[in-house]
Amino acid sequence: MSVKGSKPKFAMYWASSCGGCEIAVLNTGLKILDVDAAFDVAFWPVAMDAKYKDVEALPDGAITLTLFNGGIRNDENAAMAKLLRRKSQILVAFGSCATEGCIPGLANLSPAREVFDTAYGTVTTENPKGVRPQPETRVPEGVLHIPVFSPTVRTLEQVVPVDYSMPGCPPESHQIAMVIDLVIQALQGKAQLPPKGATIGAGASTVCDECPRQRNVKKITKFVRIQELESVDPNLCLLEQGIPCNGPAIRNGCGALCPRAGAQCIGCYGPAEGVVDNGARLITAFASVVDSNDPVEIERILDGIPDPAGQFYRFNLAGSLLHASRAVR
Amino acid sequence: MVDQEHFEPVIIGFTCNWCSYRAADLAGTARVKYPPNIRLIRLMCSGRLDPTFVLKALAGGADGVLITGCHPGECHYLEQNYKALRRFLLLRRTLVAMGLEPARVRLVWASAAEGVKLAHEIETMVAEIRALGPLRWGHNGTASDSAHDTHAYAMAGQEVSP
Ligand code: SF4
Ligand code: FES
Repeated sequence: MSVKGSKPKFAMYWASSCGGCEIAVLNTGLKILDVDAAFDVAFWPVAMDAKYKDVEALPDGAITLTLFNGGIRNDENAAMAKLLRRKSQILVAFGSCATEGCIPGLANLSPAREVFDTAYGTVTTENPKGVRPQPETRVPEGVLHIPVFSPTVRTLEQVVPVDYSMPGCPPESHQIAMVIDLVIQALQGKAQLPPKGATIGAGASTVCDECPRQRNVKKITKFVRIQELESVDPNLCLLEQGIPCNGPAIRNGCGALCPRAGAQCIGCYGPAEGVVDNGARLITAFASVVDSNDPVEIERILDGIPDPAGQFYRFNLAGSLLHASRAVR
Repeated sequence: MVDQEHFEPVIIGFTCNWCSYRAADLAGTARVKYPPNIRLIRLMCSGRLDPTFVLKALAGGADGVLITGCHPGECHYLEQNYKALRRFLLLRRTLVAMGLEPARVRLVWASAAEGVKLAHEIETMVAEIRALGPLRWGHNGTASDSAHDTHAYAMAGQEVSP
């Protein structure tokens, strides 16, 4: 990394996430050298050693660009979101966890107690005494503190204002490279940043729009799981073959990678432009392919989607209109 | 906390211009009484009902949602009420998976002549939701940083013994 000097500062932080976003950034290949050439890396736990207190010591607004990935699962995540908001000029909600909760957000279907019972009390965990981690634990050396678990996973924007959102689980590396280029050019006065609040590094339309599969008049009498089919037509729309593809509601920008490879879109780029709630949009899309006017028959066909909440909100529950199951309340 | 005794459910009703809206009108002119808990929103057809409207209503504080349309075969735009039916059934499954009691969302067919029937359906729905109590979906945990209580509850169990 370059010597700390007068270059603009860059930070990247992970809250409740898997680390895939960091890999995607590193996957930009040589582009990472451009980041190093254009920025001083002030804080990036995965790449370099720095402490929270180093960030606290910076003047407010000292970091030019912060990519924040991960959702807000506990009070440490929330505190870091607030700290980095204060220290950053441009705060980007980076990746699906930060923008919409992503897979960790599916925990919003269960009360915190169940989340802990699953994590610390099922057969895969050796925990005979039924120990649960506590916010405070007394040990001979003193008191240990661990972050306090929040009732639900929240998106970054549900906790602090963000300047831009960059969707994807993870964002595609070529999209990240484009965004990095844009920010560098903007810093050099050669380009303009998009208006605040914009979604960056993604398309404005749907995955279907980028999908080469052929659509006819969609009507099906059965939803199937892809592995149940003997063969999948390589050219025909998956939804028309009864495979629950989320393409109709999901933002493009990935290049329709999954449907091109023969797998249904599971929705990692979040709701397309203008889609308020991607579950609602998918309900409309899926309902429109069901080939029946008879309530009993319709219900039979819909049995083919055994987990509608998981199907429609796999990446988006925390960011959806309902945010969490009623069981959480 | 809303006092259960004095709980007045708020129900959002989506009506079709050609049938159920007129049915509600007819109930009014005929002085058929129905509880004032329902707020009717007129659509041109039940097929116009975007499930987003229902989610917004519930997230915004409604205790239930009533969707109404012309009887099967009588939609002024031919097949749109069947579309509404398919959407409704899938929406209801999704909402149930999210922990909603199925009685809070309802689909009712009512022709322009069925003012009495519609009034009766509304009455039944209000009574059922009154019995279920407030939904309060809007008052969720999105804004809470003070999650200590939940945490303590979630982790009630043994502390690590030093
Ligand atoms: S539904 Fe899926 S397979 Fe069909 S066009 Fe859209 S993205 Fe492609
Ligand atoms: S016109 Fe009434 S439901 Fe379509």
